[in-house]
Amino acid sequence: MIISGEKRRGADTALIAGVAIIVAVLSIVPMLRLAFEIVMPQGSFSAAPLRTALSGSATWTATWHSLQVGIGGTLLAVVLGTTVALLVSLTNVRGRSSFVLLYVVPLLIAPQVTALAWLQLFGPASPFLKLIGMAPALGSKNPLYSTTGIIALLGVQYGPLVFLMVRAGLRKLPRELVEAALSSGAGRWTVLRTIIIPLMTPSIIGATALAFVSCVGNFGIPAFLGIPAGYLVLPTLIYQRLAGGGPAVLSEVAVLSMLIGLIAMAGILAQDYASRRRDYRIASTSLPAAPFELGRWRPLAETAMWMLIVIVLVLPIVGLFLTSLVAAYGVPLSMKTVTLANYAFVLFEHAAAKRAFFNSFGLSIAAAAFAVLVAVPLGYLITWRKRWWTNFLNLSAELPYALPGVVLAIASLLLFLKPLPVIGLQIYNTIWIILYAYLARFLVLALRPTISGLHQIDRSLEEAAQVAGAGLIRRMRTIVFPLVAPATLAGGVLIFMTAFSELTVSALLWASGSETIGVVIFSFEQGGDSNYAAAISTLTIVVIFALMLLTNLFARSLPNGVLPWRD
Amino acid sequence: MAGLKIENVTKTFGDFDALSNVSLDVANGEFVAVLGPSGCGKTTLLRLVAGFEQVNKGTITVGGKVMSDSKLNVPPEQRRVGIVFQNYALWPHMTVSENVGYSLKVAKVEKTERERRISEALALVDLQGYGDRRPANLSGGQRQRVALARCLVSAPSLVLFDEPLANLDVHLRASMEDEFASFHKRTGTTIIYITHDQAEAMALADRIAVMDRGHLVQFATPRELYEQPATPMVASFIAQGMVLPAKVLTAEAGGQCKVEVLGQEAVFRCRAGQAVTGDAKVCIRAADIIPATNGGIEVTIKRSIYRGGGSRIEAVAGDETQELHFDLADPKRLAEGETTRITITSGWVIPEANV
Ligand SMILES: Nc1ncnc2c1ncn2[C@@H]1O[C@H](COP(=O)(O)OP(=O)(O)O)[C@@H](O)[C@H]1O
Ligand SMILES: [Mg+2]
Repeated sequence: MIISGEKRRGADTALIAGVAIIVAVLSIVPMLRLAFEIVMPQGSFSAAPLRTALSGSATWTATWHSLQVGIGGTLLAVVLGTTVALLVSLTNVRGRSSFVLLYVVPLLIAPQVTALAWLQLFGPASPFLKLIGMAPALGSKNPLYSTTGIIALLGVQYGPLVFLMVRAGLRKLPRELVEAALSSGAGRWTVLRTIIIPLMTPSIIGATALAFVSCVGNFGIPAFLGIPAGYLVLPTLIYQRLAGGGPAVLSEVAVLSMLIGLIAMAGILAQDYASRRRDYRIASTSLPAAPFELGRWRPLAETAMWMLIVIVLVLPIVGLFLTSLVAAYGVPLSMKTVTLANYAFVLFEHAAAKRAFFNSFGLSIAAAAFAVLVAVPLGYLITWRKRWWTNFLNLSAELPYALPGVVLAIASLLLFLKPLPVIGLQIYNTIWIILYAYLARFLVLALRPTISGLHQIDRSLEEAAQVAGAGLIRRMRTIVFPLVAPATLAGGVLIFMTAFSELTVSALLWASGSETIGVVIFSFEQGGDSNYAAAISTLTIVVIFALMLLTNLFARSLPNGVLPWRD
Repeated sequence: MAGLKIENVTKTFGDFDALSNVSLDVANGEFVAVLGPSGCGKTTLLRLVAGFEQVNKGTITVGGKVMSDSKLNVPPEQRRVGIVFQNYALWPHMTVSENVGYSLKVAKVEKTERERRISEALALVDLQGYGDRRPANLSGGQRQRVALARCLVSAPSLVLFDEPLANLDVHLRASMEDEFASFHKRTGTTIIYITHDQAEAMALADRIAVMDRGHLVQFATPRELYEQPATPMVASFIAQGMVLPAKVLTAEAGGQCKVEVLGQEAVFRCRAGQAVTGDAKVCIRAADIIPATNGGIEVTIKRSIYRGGGSRIEAVAGDETQELHFDLADPKRLAEGETTRITITSGWVIPEANV
């Protein structure tokens, strides 16, 4: 008996150790490596890189720009997202679920694709503007190459993020609180102002912080809109330095990446401080409040909602699609000029583009599969085997995703620049370093739904298997995994979508042979081949949309809120 | 089948004592109910016996084998203890047969043998033909029975129930109570049955362990608990006994002694060796109170509740602090605010009055 007791403890220890090692290797090791580089650049104490990085005026200009677009983009996203969430959640507008499905799409489209789409829509070469006869003269400046342009697109990209968080908060609002206010004689605006908005502050503050971190960490939008205008933010500055200087400037860009990490952290800490000052926790749970009747305003509200969809989704995608159909920059689209040659070129002729499809597909599948396999035991430890250190595991898994992607990319570069000690494996400049970074960055996207799934399952289901004699591994396989699988797999789909056209991380880690779709789109656009970039981008959007619709078919067996686009 | 011995078990969570020094000796084949108010540590005790929690002090022995002490903890999967969980804990992704056969599969029982035992277990709980259903397609009572079959199939040495009827409606409760009783009779398994409902415990158990704030206060047959409660808590928890302050005037003789309660003298039952004291507590039942023919104690009626064939009277005596209740057969009636005189005919001197 005692011996078998120890055998069980053996399986436990193995599970805990395995999961802890994975989390450490993916999160703690790279962050420590980055910190080490800042204190001891290239292995010896020196303040030189720190001084170089912090004394350059480019650094402070980029920092100022990052704050500018970070704050601007966040404000726009919060205003947009909150307004839409209030409208969708509290009123009797129709067509809610299709609206939510479409409104969330910009979040799932890679930022560089969003940027490209808008550029194509507004540029002087825009086939769309040409079609409607409103194109500016060729050679005139695209209005999006500006601070305002970047802020506008960041707002469009992350408005849905705010929307999702505020909507989740509104769904938990007990209807009694609203009804009590109404029956005390308060009008609807008063209820909104004095009850609903105050109760939503934690959600709004949380969403603000998340949007801020996403905006300052964004690479794709400032890369497409800022670099041509000479307007650099920290992530694009890091990219340019690294592209120009190679590994020699790593110590210096490590400092820059720390700077962006600190700005993101400041956002998170400010949120923590703001939400701690007042306790707005909602204790009871109940049905959501009955929707407010909009009466004769309803058609107006619905028109506004759908106009928003047209502006943030339909027009850019149409612009992108039309660009992908013309043979060359500036050619007007007509029955004579329309062509599928761009698609044929990127799919069958261009070697790097062909490779990129293959690479990105493999990377996304691998990252999703790995995350699903690790998320279940990890989520199990965090929720059902709570100890003081399990929370630490959770935070560690969150870190590589919470910090801007460039931070993780630089840390990975530092970690793998030299061959791995002992085994002598060299993954720098190969696809494996990108895979490593993807595994680290996206694990949490499968972990979060797993945790929320496990919270909704009664632990006695596992205990019943335990008294039936099942050991840990068997319980994992026959009870825990089947029960949370839908939630975890939905997380895996989300990972696939995000990784498929990812750019921020791969832009810094790719090498010839390990191009990703994001990198190829970026290269085409930088080389002036917008038509090819548009063709690939259109294909990624098709893939994403198909996946969304496909997963919707299985959505009924999922816990609420796992699929962001499903209302 | 096996007996269960719990010796001086203490369990703390942080600095909170969930169980203090609990000892319980359950004979082989016995049906024991663990009874107590919510939060008194019943579930904790059950989880210790099952092996989900480790004891801080003391030992737990099942069938002569030590399962838990402060150093050793045989894992739940090796204890051969069956549990019927309060919410049944049926696995929603498996059919009824798969649920029931799970432990056999774990034990690598060969397929035909497994199927035979599954259908046997299902027959035992009267669910033949339900094997291919999913738990979601069963009624509450049927789920309860699947849970029962699942824990029976592996012939556990000991079956633990954690408030198994708390989620069922009143009608179903009565029929499940019958079912548990006949299940116990048929299988002869040792059963530990947790409940906060004293009527349920009285109806089912051979013996009842009454718990209060982490302590075991009394472990006795239902009759003994009713007639001779050891503490004021047991007295008031079992069948709403009234606990009154009293003086013991004479020492015990032949199981009886003379007491003074509410200014009146009476002869009460008491434990052997009961000494004279001015600071005693007694337990009386509604049936011990009758209308006084002469003298008696004056009480004021607070409420009269018609119960069909008679009324339950709630009244106060003394300086309006001592609450009493008794039954009044039809056609007599008493209205709120009236006064009347009563006599206490009998009662029990609570031996451990000051715990
Ligand atoms: N894992 C735990 N950690 C801390 N306190 C606990 C834990 N489990 C139970 N308790 C506490 O122990 C006491 C007894 O709980 P429990 O055994 O569930 O009571 P019962 O089943 O009698 O209602 C309660 O006060 C409860 O809060
Ligand atoms: Mg309990």
